Amino acid sequence: MSSAIIDQVRPNDSSVDRSLGDTADPGPDELGRFGGFGGRYVPETLIEALNQLTVAYAAAKVDPEFQGRLAGYLKTYVGRPSPLFHARRLTAHAGGAEIYLKREDLNHTGAHKINNAIGQVMLAERMGKSRVIAETGAGQHGVATATACALFGIDCTVYMGEEDIRRQKLNVFNMRTLGAKVVPVTTGSRTLRDATNEAMRDWMGSSRTTHYTIGSVVGPHPFPMIVRDFQSVIGREARAQCLETLGRLPDLVAACVGGGSNAAGIFAPFVADREVALVGAEAGGRGLKPGEHAASLTLGRPGVLHGSLSFVLQDDDGQTADVHSISAGLDYPGVGPEHGHWKETGRARYESIGDEEALEAYHLTARLEGILPALESSHALAQAQKEARRLGPGKVVVVCLSGRGDKDAYEVARLRGEPM
Amino acid sequence: MINRIDALFSRLRAENHRALMPFLTAGDPDLATTAQAIHEFVTQGADLIEIGIPYSDPIADGPVITSSYHRALQNGIKVSQIFQTIRTLRAEQSARVDRTPLVTMVSYAIIHRYGLDRFLTDMAASGLDGLIVPDLPVEESAALLEQATARGLALIQLITPTTPRERALRIAATTSGFIYYVSVAGITGERAGLPAELTEAVTWLRSHTQLPICIGFGINSAAQARDLAPLCDGVIIGSAVVRRMAGALNRPRGEVVREIGQYLGEIARALDPTEG
Repeated sequence: MSSAIIDQVRPNDSSVDRSLGDTADPGPDELGRFGGFGGRYVPETLIEALNQLTVAYAAAKVDPEFQGRLAGYLKTYVGRPSPLFHARRLTAHAGGAEIYLKREDLNHTGAHKINNAIGQVMLAERMGKSRVIAETGAGQHGVATATACALFGIDCTVYMGEEDIRRQKLNVFNMRTLGAKVVPVTTGSRTLRDATNEAMRDWMGSSRTTHYTIGSVVGPHPFPMIVRDFQSVIGREARAQCLETLGRLPDLVAACVGGGSNAAGIFAPFVADREVALVGAEAGGRGLKPGEHAASLTLGRPGVLHGSLSFVLQDDDGQTADVHSISAGLDYPGVGPEHGHWKETGRARYESIGDEEALEAYHLTARLEGILPALESSHALAQAQKEARRLGPGKVVVVCLSGRGDKDAYEVARLRGEPM
Repeated sequence: MINRIDALFSRLRAENHRALMPFLTAGDPDLATTAQAIHEFVTQGADLIEIGIPYSDPIADGPVITSSYHRALQNGIKVSQIFQTIRTLRAEQSARVDRTPLVTMVSYAIIHRYGLDRFLTDMAASGLDGLIVPDLPVEESAALLEQATARGLALIQLITPTTPRERALRIAATTSGFIYYVSVAGITGERAGLPAELTEAVTWLRSHTQLPICIGFGINSAAQARDLAPLCDGVIIGSAVVRRMAGALNRPRGEVVREIGQYLGEIARALDPTEG
């Protein structure tokens, strides 16, 4: 980073040495609660498996051998650390704060999902489980899990809604090539939420031999904690990179939120840095009417879905609402409980970005930076530009560019009315 | 007034009889058929009826019950309509139905959104006797137990083959009405055989609790019911009933309900000690 760039940004008002980051216990409590959110709302059949997972993870977390192996795979297999890139032309276009991109799109398999998949498959191996199951929406988590399972030689089954299979043929083909069994889910809306139900059902009968590698910071305790911890490598790196290259922390960190794993991963290491604003961008879809969006935090209410209490889009009887987003990865009616807690306490702010705004950010990032972002990440890029304009020059915004946009080419072409 | 569930099991214990407890999904295919089925099941010897409140995302249920929930929801069924149907049924004061306990199987997602206090108040007012909340483990159930007890409603909790013994005792201590013992790990649905560990687990549980123990998950034949009878206080027949009810979509509903009644009648006879 040139000194000219550093000169453009003013220092934070904090004189505290923050090189170690947050050392306070980030939660949850022993019932899996983040404030009033989280917990375990699952059948009794799963409780023992969740208790075993909690114990196994607590041991792995403090085991230097496990953590060392994980760090090794993240470096030599995933390609970490991912760079923090100064998006100068996007900055100039937005006209305000300096915009930096945390390049999770450069990871092996093209998104942040691999950080969690490797960690959890290593955990499965450590627990002696011979089989791993996963749910997937757009297929990114499915591909990441199939990849990690191939790497560790573990049997892999991925549940995917029939509707998503149709929309994401490339990922289905790749998962099968990697040796995973892809099971079409034909119940309900035939999308991510039904795939999650089906994976949980499988686990009810198979937990003795099978680990469920959940793909986001959702589900019953300890999943939201485990996934956050494995994804926190994003925020730890971003924080260190800011200190190293800018000599200061960013003023704002932005990320897209579906279930919320990349956001939790980049937010968590900044939570104790009160001067850093955290902003999540949810899928505003086509509008604010029920069924037209997937903005659980901005438009939903506290409710129970997939084993935990958080913000959910439901009707007044508690039936899960249908959702829509241009991006399959944000097309989810719930959100991680820790995000619910961050919203309630005001530690993070959540906004919604519509399909059109996301699409505009997708094209803009392609033209101005030579980067094709995932449509999910495009929501964060759209929000970041608004925030950069609001903050003004001299400030720093870090955006989690959670994945690359190759998978979205067909969908974008279809929306533009261009044949592929 | 003594809860109908407690009254049922003290009567059955005196008669050395096991309870037949069919499950059906409210509103599949419609609430009129649900009411008709409850009458028919009771006439054929059902001792307690479990009424499933449809939920969009049930994780404890297999494909048969999940599909029935989705069918009912597609017809726009609301929780308040289910309570109204029960209220009407109770108001008829048909002697047999009147003494038959009716319990709901309901996801905590629904209770949470409806409001715990309001849900239990409406439940009690409609004439329901207890509830099973399959996604509310014992750690989360204290408030519900307290408020249900205050309204004379039973909170029936589940114990499964994966539940450690110490935990099973904790669950039993916070259960009222009866213990729902899940015979196999996994989702609801019919199975060919019953595991051998079942006898040992239920016998152990019985030596540690006075509560009636009823067995469910995977029971679908009179022969299975007969084998289980010495072990328990009742058997729950779920998917086998719901699967047959799915036939009511394209056949005369009354006919299908009568057939299910006959099927339950066979199981009732298998559970009756006087039928040998």
